Amino acid sequence: MDLSLNNEERQFRDELRAWLESNVPKDWAEWREKPLEESFPYLRTWQRKLHEGRWAAVSWPKEYGGRSATLMQQAIFWEEMARAQAPSMANALGLGLIGPTIIAYGTEAQKKRFVPKILSTDEVWCQGFSEPNAGSDLAGLQTEARLDGDHYVVNGQKVWTSYGWVADWCELVVRTDPNVPKHKGLTVLLVDMKSPGVEVRPLRQITGESEFNELFFRDVRVPVENVLGKVNDGWNVAVSTLMFERGSYGARLHLLFKRNIDRLIELSRNQHRNGQVSAKDPLTRQKLAQCYAEIEIMRLNQLRAFSRITATGVPGPEGSIQKIFWSELNQRLQQVAQELLGPYGQLTHGDSRAIDNGIWSYGYLRTRGNTIEAGTSEVQRNIIGHFVLGLPRSY
Amino acid sequence: MEFGLSESQQLLRDNARKFFAGECPMEEVRRLMETETAYDANLWNKLVEQGYTGIILSEEYGGVGLGKVELILLMEEAGRALLPGPLFSTVALAGAVVESVANDSQKKKYLSAICAGDARSTLAILEASPSWRPADLRMASANGKLTGEKLFVTDAAAADFIVVAARDGIFAVDVKAPGISISPMKTLDLTRKAYSVRFTNTPAERLGDLTGLPRALDIATAALAAELVGGMQRTLDITVDYAKMRKQFGKPIGMFQAVQHHCADMYLETESARSAAYYAAWALEENAPDAAVAVSIAKMYASDAGRTVGNRGIQVHGGMGFTWENDIHLYYRRAKASETALGDSTYHRERIATLVIDGGAASSQSA
Repeated sequence: MDLSLNNEERQFRDELRAWLESNVPKDWAEWREKPLEESFPYLRTWQRKLHEGRWAAVSWPKEYGGRSATLMQQAIFWEEMARAQAPSMANALGLGLIGPTIIAYGTEAQKKRFVPKILSTDEVWCQGFSEPNAGSDLAGLQTEARLDGDHYVVNGQKVWTSYGWVADWCELVVRTDPNVPKHKGLTVLLVDMKSPGVEVRPLRQITGESEFNELFFRDVRVPVENVLGKVNDGWNVAVSTLMFERGSYGARLHLLFKRNIDRLIELSRNQHRNGQVSAKDPLTRQKLAQCYAEIEIMRLNQLRAFSRITATGVPGPEGSIQKIFWSELNQRLQQVAQELLGPYGQLTHGDSRAIDNGIWSYGYLRTRGNTIEAGTSEVQRNIIGHFVLGLPRSY
Repeated sequence: MEFGLSESQQLLRDNARKFFAGECPMEEVRRLMETETAYDANLWNKLVEQGYTGIILSEEYGGVGLGKVELILLMEEAGRALLPGPLFSTVALAGAVVESVANDSQKKKYLSAICAGDARSTLAILEASPSWRPADLRMASANGKLTGEKLFVTDAAAADFIVVAARDGIFAVDVKAPGISISPMKTLDLTRKAYSVRFTNTPAERLGDLTGLPRALDIATAALAAELVGGMQRTLDITVDYAKMRKQFGKPIGMFQAVQHHCADMYLETESARSAAYYAAWALEENAPDAAVAVSIAKMYASDAGRTVGNRGIQVHGGMGFTWENDIHLYYRRAKASETALGDSTYHRERIATLVIDGGAASSQSA
């Protein structure tokens, strides 16, 4: 066990830190709290800049524009991004989940066609996984694809699609064989969102914004060369995307959580509540300290998981503890923010008295989704029960 | 950057696990907990032969000279085995304090005796109004003698000398010195006995001032957090085994999600407590700037998780978890004692707040 940086890691960090110092845009603070629809072009420009410096996808192999970074270097990457208060990237799903899946399962032609444009944000990606009747039971999805000559014809509906409104391409999971057990008849298609028959509708959510979309597919024709992986092996391809999602998301979120707890501590020092400075109130101190500690433990769990994956070579089901930990912690953090800010915590974006332009009232509602999206807490606990602890399957 | 264990660390952990399983199985734990001191000379000699009493002490004193990470791996395994007797008190409490505050000749005298197995010891801090903060100590020496009462002193009846934290410094007291009286306190934890130690004009050897005490207590606190992790892991293992075997409604109860989710939470809390304890040990070993915060994070989390893992473990066992016969309550009792020992979660949250909110301590980063 040695948590200090080795020479390569230190070199990686120093190079990145220097690059960020001279390249992180100075006006990010003005954009940070704006709705994604407004800030998206800004984030696109930022990702292009990162890509020019070969920092957009450090985990990817060198031949695909990455740096073949080790997991520890990836952890360093996100810590340095947090430290530099750098903006997030526009094509987040393409970079974090879909690109790696294409690199793992794609044909040479697919990799050549799709991967560079993910990096440059010339093509933004979304995921077509969940359906109205297939959430936790993803393998029960009903969107069907029928072979017709050299095309698949897709019909069905997807829901909870992030970036659907801006996406050029979609990693779509469809049923290609309805006559076999549900996990065995699925296929992943790479679908051009401009194809005739694709309709994108905004899905207004609890926060009032439309971060997600509903996708409708009516006789959408997808060429057979856009099958990712093997026909009817889509479950494995999809699960590998989900593993990328659960395995590494914790490292990225550390950026956001650190900023939030640091900000809450700062606010507690500078505000009076019920006649005293919040930072002096024993209960407030207890709650801030609890959040601070849990954020640190989230980071440490992630580093330990990275070491384990480095040793075993594959992200395993224990990624589920990361998902449970960050999502439930984020909800607790937002509740502490509400208690700290009192009535000000409820002011929303646009109110002149809102603290930090209303991010705390927004965050309070938005984090309810954290324990639902990317696999509910219940599903994650099932995964731990069955795959980690070896308890018999419950369903 | 590597958060996994090195080969030699894995070997140490595996050997310790095998050793405790062989030399101190649950039948032996149950036998010892019914004795007055829970100390067994024969078992102690075997611990000494393994080098466990001198694990972090310098070779100069006959120790093994390993680091804090190795110490917590040993303590984790001791916790898993629910090891009774004064290993923790001697090594992590008294040993760490003497090492931190005493002068060279005193270290040679006391630490060599610990390494050689000739002396067992413990640390006396708490008084009638308990506080883990050195600033709150009331007892003080007068003319090289101590008078007053220390409470909740673990394994005092098995000790040969007692390290005493007083307002004006750290002292060593021979248990055979005049004016000392050690009497048992009846506490929940049957496997780690606690005592009241009363001094009346008892001669005491001054080891040093209090400056080195917080650092020594941090080492002990990280070790205790790791011991809690070992207990949590064993509680989880016992519980999962039971959930696979016990049948109701014609099915193993582990097939029901309500039960699975209890087990999943036990796993999440155990692993998280382990991450925090390992990091605290590493930070102490490297004198990292965030070492004190890391120790408090580890103990804060382990204190709460030790209790909640036990709660869930008993719940999953149903009626069996409520019996004397099932081992789970023995771990639960230890977890309850360790929850408060060296500061409960409330104490450590306040310490984190002092360091982070008031002190503006740099938050940790791998880089």
